[in-house]
Amino acid sequence: MIDETEKKDIILVGLNHTTAPVELRERLAFTHDETIAALDSFRDKPEVCEAMLFSTCNRVEILMTAKDPEAAKQMAKQFISEFKGVAESKFENALYVYINSDAVRHVFRVAASLDSLMVGEPQILGQIKDAFRLAADRKIAGVILNKLLHKTFFISKRVRTETGIGDHAVSISYAAVELAKKIFGELTGISALLIGAGEMAELAIEHLRRNRIQKIYVANRTFERGVALADRFNGEAVKFEEIGDTLISADIIISSTDARDYVLKRKDVKTALKARKHKPLFFIDIAVPRDIDLEINRLSNAYVYDIDDLQNVIEENLTERRNEALKGERIIDEAVIKFRKWRETLDVVPTIKALRTRIETIVEGELEKTLSSTLKNISEADSAAMRRMVDAMVNKILHEPTMLLKENSYHKARPQYLDFTKKLFNLDDVEEDN
Amino acid sequence: MDYFIFGAVAAYFLSSAGYMLFLAKQKEKYCNAGFILNLAGFVFLSVVLVLSFAESGHVPVSNMRETLVLAAWAISGVFITFQTVLRLKVLGAFAVPMCLVITTVAANLPSTQASETAIFKSGWLLFHVLAIFAGDAALVLAFGIGLLYLLQENAIKSKSHGFFYKRLPPLETLDHAGYVCLKAGFSLLTLGLIVGFIYARAVWGRFISWDPKEVWSFITWLVYAALLHQRYVAGWRGKRAAIMSVIGFFLLVFTFLGVNFLFPGHHGVFTK
Repeated sequence: MIDETEKKDIILVGLNHTTAPVELRERLAFTHDETIAALDSFRDKPEVCEAMLFSTCNRVEILMTAKDPEAAKQMAKQFISEFKGVAESKFENALYVYINSDAVRHVFRVAASLDSLMVGEPQILGQIKDAFRLAADRKIAGVILNKLLHKTFFISKRVRTETGIGDHAVSISYAAVELAKKIFGELTGISALLIGAGEMAELAIEHLRRNRIQKIYVANRTFERGVALADRFNGEAVKFEEIGDTLISADIIISSTDARDYVLKRKDVKTALKARKHKPLFFIDIAVPRDIDLEINRLSNAYVYDIDDLQNVIEENLTERRNEALKGERIIDEAVIKFRKWRETLDVVPTIKALRTRIETIVEGELEKTLSSTLKNISEADSAAMRRMVDAMVNKILHEPTMLLKENSYHKARPQYLDFTKKLFNLDDVEEDN
Repeated sequence: MDYFIFGAVAAYFLSSAGYMLFLAKQKEKYCNAGFILNLAGFVFLSVVLVLSFAESGHVPVSNMRETLVLAAWAISGVFITFQTVLRLKVLGAFAVPMCLVITTVAANLPSTQASETAIFKSGWLLFHVLAIFAGDAALVLAFGIGLLYLLQENAIKSKSHGFFYKRLPPLETLDHAGYVCLKAGFSLLTLGLIVGFIYARAVWGRFISWDPKEVWSFITWLVYAALLHQRYVAGWRGKRAAIMSVIGFFLLVFTFLGVNFLFPGHHGVFTK
């Protein structure tokens, strides 16, 4: 009869930041070269048909198609253990295994950044693309993974454009720039003053520069240090004592000093506001202890955000993203169903069965009609012979098409063949009955 | 003519819904629908005004109904211009419902005809009325923008970023838009008042007769003049300017309607 093992399953074995602690993840992570070595060794394993390996700091996942998912899973476990020199018992509990539609859903979710530590982070899609390119280059990604991954790229873009999972800043420096835009609108005519130095403050200045702000002032207790920083940002160094005067032309003040006391007090800002005709001032205070007196926030047209305020903004934004993620899940559910339908058309077995049923129904119907009318007088033995002959004819007629559909060398064109066969014999109705 | 007023009410209702949806969902299509429907409302009211004009032969401000129709028409029209020029779309969620309310009230008022007097028969009157109504409409928009500014300012200041923070434009955008409306409104108001004086000279033989409407108009004008002056000289902007435009609006409404009910005077005929 028909070879049931024709059918291939999609299987995903992996671990991520929710199932495995960082110590384990870093021991199991694959570098670029290790990934290539792994793919090459998968090609020689009889258990897997297609494979790709995807490793970031938050996850290690192996996506395969296989005739026997259980065997493929064992192979993957064993491979990780041997390749990484970690006993299976050490990571077994952190592993998750998804098969077929569950695996498809998981891949979609990962690529759409719904499974990420920081929901909506944009890097993941690029990382998956790279991983797939490696597998495709080494010719170990076939029809199914090819289709699955292209669908994945499409879906993750759709989730990103149709939901707000990528909106709203989730880092301190981005949140600060976003706030500045809510106050000033376009930042093109705006100037910024950096007081002190520090990674986060400098990142914020970089973001502002990318938004093409007009001018950057740098004030540092050590003037040389300030000059060096100013050079880096193409800005202008000012003396620490000049900060008060600089407030007249600077609109955004990012402060990050290690001073024990406030660097800016209410009366300084009040004077400056008057001088600048109450054009708004936005203070971003990243320092701990704080540099900017919070009283300044009470002044009209002056806004002060300290590090906790920014942290709260980020927390709100993350909640927002999680809400948006729900919409993304819906898009993915839909795509998973579509993908399953596509895979079903790839199945040879049901098509061959349906083809046989179609022919047998026609033949038997006609045979019975003839045997009960024109030939109703022939003997039992004759009618049995008649039936055998008809069965043999059906088998002979179906032999060539069946072989063609099952032929492995045609597997790339198989979807088209299957589709064509279905149309020729109108098999969609027949399948419904099965 | 009633059909057209009801048509305008329906158009403004749907347009308001469109702009509200735009505010909530931030989808461009709702705002576009709102814009078209507001345009439809404006056309309906234009027809109403032209028909009244054709029927009576004078500027249609001879009773409360006509006055309100003209006010809604002016706000609607100024907002169309405003949205085309400044692209501050969320303001539709304020301006169009305003038109809806005014038109609905107008539709329910009787159209009593004022006694035919010579004062309606002048080209100056048309000019005076149009300038004042357009100026008032611009100041109404400045009020709406002021409200939006206060909402947004409060969100940023209090650091609780709720519904409006995400949906409203940046503070400086609002401030600038409010300033534009204020300047346009004030210029038109000034023009309207000057024409009014000339018209008064022609009808009653004197520029000013200390009619309560004239006095209150002058007070309103002074307040807006002070606001603009302070902004220019001392930088009254942001929150203070927003609050002032809100105060100015209430004064404006009082001058526009309240004076007619509380004090007798020659402007009274317009709201009978």
